[in-house]
Amino acid sequence: MIPAAFDYHAPTSLDEALSLLAAHGDEAKVLAGGQSLIPMMRFRLAEPGVLVDLNHIEGMAGVTEEDGHLWIGALTRHAEVERSDLVRKRYPLLHEAASVIADPIVRNRGTVAGSLVHADPAGDWGAVMLACGAELEVHGPDGQRMVPIDELFVTTFMTSLSPGDIVTGIKLPIAGKRSGGAYEKLERKVGDFATVAVAARLELDDDGVCSAAGIGLTAVGATNLRAQDAEKALIGKKPDEAAIDAASRAAAEAASPTADNRGSVEYKRDMVRVLSARALRRAAAHAGGEG
Amino acid sequence: MSATKAQDIGGLGHSVRRKEDARFVRGKGRYVDDVKLKGMCYLALVRSPYAHARLKGIDISAAMKVPGVLAVITGKDLEEAGLAWMPTLSHDQQMVLATGKVLFQGQEVAAVVAESRFAAADGAAAVRVDYEELPVVIDPHAALGKDAPVLREDRDEKSNHIFHWEAGDRDATDATFDASDVVVTQDMVYQRCHPAPLECCACVADWDTVNEKMTIYMTSQAPHAHRTLFALVAGLPEHKIRIISPDVGGGFGNKVPIYPGYVVSAVASLKLGRPVKWTEERSGNLQSTGFARDYHMHAELAASKDGKIRALRVKTLGDHGAFNAAAQPSKFPAGFYNICSGSYDLENAFVEVDGAYTNKAPGGIAYRCSFRVTEASYLIERTVDVLADELGMDPAELRKKNFIAPDKFPYVTPLGWTYDSGNYAGAMDRALEMVGYEDLLKEQEEKRGRGELMGIGISSFTEIVGAGPGKQCDIAGIEMFDSCEVRIHPTGKVLARIGVQTQGQGHETTFAQILAEELGIPVGDITVEHGDTDTAPYGLGTYASRSTPVAGAATAVAARKVRAKAQKIAAHLLEVDEADLEWKDYAFRVKGAPDKAKTMQDVAFAAYTNVPEGLEAGLEAVDYYDPPNMTYPFGTYICVVDIDKGTGDWKVRKFVAVDDCGTVINPMVVEGQIHGGLTEGFAISKMQLIDYDEGGNITGGNFMEYLIPTAVETPHYDTDKTVTPSPHHPIGAKGVGESPNVGSPAAFVNAVIDALSPYGVRHIDMPITSDKVWKALRDAGIQD
Repeated sequence: MIPAAFDYHAPTSLDEALSLLAAHGDEAKVLAGGQSLIPMMRFRLAEPGVLVDLNHIEGMAGVTEEDGHLWIGALTRHAEVERSDLVRKRYPLLHEAASVIADPIVRNRGTVAGSLVHADPAGDWGAVMLACGAELEVHGPDGQRMVPIDELFVTTFMTSLSPGDIVTGIKLPIAGKRSGGAYEKLERKVGDFATVAVAARLELDDDGVCSAAGIGLTAVGATNLRAQDAEKALIGKKPDEAAIDAASRAAAEAASPTADNRGSVEYKRDMVRVLSARALRRAAAHAGGEG
Repeated sequence: MSATKAQDIGGLGHSVRRKEDARFVRGKGRYVDDVKLKGMCYLALVRSPYAHARLKGIDISAAMKVPGVLAVITGKDLEEAGLAWMPTLSHDQQMVLATGKVLFQGQEVAAVVAESRFAAADGAAAVRVDYEELPVVIDPHAALGKDAPVLREDRDEKSNHIFHWEAGDRDATDATFDASDVVVTQDMVYQRCHPAPLECCACVADWDTVNEKMTIYMTSQAPHAHRTLFALVAGLPEHKIRIISPDVGGGFGNKVPIYPGYVVSAVASLKLGRPVKWTEERSGNLQSTGFARDYHMHAELAASKDGKIRALRVKTLGDHGAFNAAAQPSKFPAGFYNICSGSYDLENAFVEVDGAYTNKAPGGIAYRCSFRVTEASYLIERTVDVLADELGMDPAELRKKNFIAPDKFPYVTPLGWTYDSGNYAGAMDRALEMVGYEDLLKEQEEKRGRGELMGIGISSFTEIVGAGPGKQCDIAGIEMFDSCEVRIHPTGKVLARIGVQTQGQGHETTFAQILAEELGIPVGDITVEHGDTDTAPYGLGTYASRSTPVAGAATAVAARKVRAKAQKIAAHLLEVDEADLEWKDYAFRVKGAPDKAKTMQDVAFAAYTNVPEGLEAGLEAVDYYDPPNMTYPFGTYICVVDIDKGTGDWKVRKFVAVDDCGTVINPMVVEGQIHGGLTEGFAISKMQLIDYDEGGNITGGNFMEYLIPTAVETPHYDTDKTVTPSPHHPIGAKGVGESPNVGSPAAFVNAVIDALSPYGVRHIDMPITSDKVWKALRDAGIQD
């Protein structure tokens, strides 16, 4: 599998990268971890004339808590999230999702932001960021702006970003005192894309009542989906079995899967229910609720 | 002789470390793609995106303009050379490059040769092919329907039916069925899967324009047979063809056939007068090379009420794809499928098989399978469980009640085989003990009370390997003997060459161990070579677990021929009569005075320096061994699974494998073979499927969809053995390479079905994916 010929640029500053994109327009593709783009090029499903490699730009990686939010630099690898003590202690949803993305080789190279803008509905980060209410920091020809995750995905492999844009980081709300999360992924084998996966995040108040909830779905629609009705079914309630059951059923309703080698429509929809319940139970337990 | 001495020799039964691993673990193996020759160019194939289409035209002009492209070869070019079609090993012919039409997705349509791999790939992408789509036939049953389009216009027969074949006595079997208390029937499909060796196919064809000799480095499991076929097909004199099969990264039957890529590379080298390398891509390997199975089986068992199995009746349809390229002995259109009476003592059996063409890749015999024995073993072991379910009998008890008793060997089956030796109950009892069967049954009972899903699956398989007696088994007319040539140097070091070809089995070690045992020379002093047709003796190659049964026998016999001559020299050295010597504890010893002895090393030096009068110098022998019978390894595998009721996912909690492959040469190598084969069986039963949609588009043609289990999914295996030597093999060995793949799928499937049997589930076709289990539970009204 040999890609078609392409030109390669390795800018060392964001400005240089932006001007390369401006110069080459649609023909150019941004290379970050390359874990989706390179295989597509090798299959000649993608034949970009120009690659703009961001890996030589300093300061675009890292996971930190600052100014009341969690910041994930655009070049942060999945493995860096997986191994971060901060993430493991305070953001279990992110830690769990990072640990089950593909295989260690992919996790060592692939980036969180790259995965998001690739907009594969079977990607894991989309569901996680929808559950977390993340925002993307984007630099484009007209300067910097923030793009809420709910406005990112248009359809499969398509986002609301423009060809001249570069994502520089992801901003997430800081974890509350009683917060919990979990990622449940069903796959045929390690390294496979999800058959179905569910990201769940809960915030509880001092009475153990759910003050905020996020549920994101993987591989059951044209994009990663946010199960808003399921979230509503939890807010204002204690996350007991009845509430979790109602939310899981609502999450299944939100799914619109298609049949493939991984299973039928009915199977995948029911897996949303089963995995949502499992994720919510663990998220609630982690948050110190009933669970 | 002390035990230390036996350890130093490293003969039979020793876990000698594999000689070949030193180079493999250091990255010093030499595979075909490592071959780099001066002036070498590269070949890339253009493949059909359609499953069935008329070729309206091929425009190579853009490809020829790609910088670095040297030539584009199409079917038309080959037609002019009489090479557009090549014979298969199953009395059929196969297109090398498509002419007229294409018959499966991924079929080879054109080849581009260029100065670099990159230019070749760009050139291939620039070839424009004009196709007119034709109706596609994917289902083999539909292929035999009246309205099905005839796929093969080159044949005289205007149908998609390839052959009908039967074994056993139909009338007697029907009569036994009519007279039996209980009959069970089960349809099952052994799905299309693929061995997916780590190394895909590759070759470097090097036409020497001065000496007019063609050297082909190729990923071949059968280099000698391939040389002869090249001679017959291409018309080159056989002494002007040299096939070198260097290190091969797995074969599993996938590297037995000759593929278009090899032939076109040879044509390209002849045309350009330069070495041409072709390295297959993974998707090409999965989409176009020898797949395995695709057998659509209907099985019936007749039994008495108390569980005596009386007769087996089988009707099967084999999907052979676009060409009948099944790589098997020429007289066996369904391979050794009539081994399907398995380990059981039946009154009668009858099996019939039909073959059909479809718009899929050709193949059918591969994946660690001695010519359909895997399908046969799965069929009988699955159906016996169906019968156990019907009778309400314990599957272990039912099997034991029907095993062929040890005193009945040699045993002639109702389907015509003569089993050499066996002790089936012995292997099963050991497996039941290891797994703790009684405790598991109790635990299962408790769990079922709580609605939990736990299953125990048994498979007590009998294999047929070691093809084979030359009068029964031939490949393209060449009888399936095999060979070994042994030469002892003056200082007592040994060079041996064998007619089989390793693809990772460890022949360089295990064949050296056979020689070490027979010659009393330490295994480290013995080099075993193979795979070069200019140096190794003729042999039929390594597949169907035949290396040890056939070439292993030749090796022992060749060593004994050497020893016979050596005894004369030893007698001369000891100044005694030949008859006064015996070979004992790795030396020739004077009977009654064992300290008066000469080792093989002593004799070897004398063979070049001090031969007795009338004897020629040197110490070497060659043997071409034609086995009197196949060998019949067997064993019992027991699998324990737990099922997640919510997702339908099943996990193997425990797996016990007791194998009997007769005499064991290297226990570590045998265990490695068993672990590998069990993992393949696990993959087949759980996740592997080469599927096609209605348009003939392959849906398992890359590693995103065709799944290879990792260490994470792979179960832990507990292995053990019983030893029932083959009475007709010189060292009693039966071969083991395929047993675990043959025997294990039924164990995995039986375990899953056992877990679901309280809900009325009797069968699910492989691969048993989570969604199939979930559906079975849903259909039974179970929801987590």
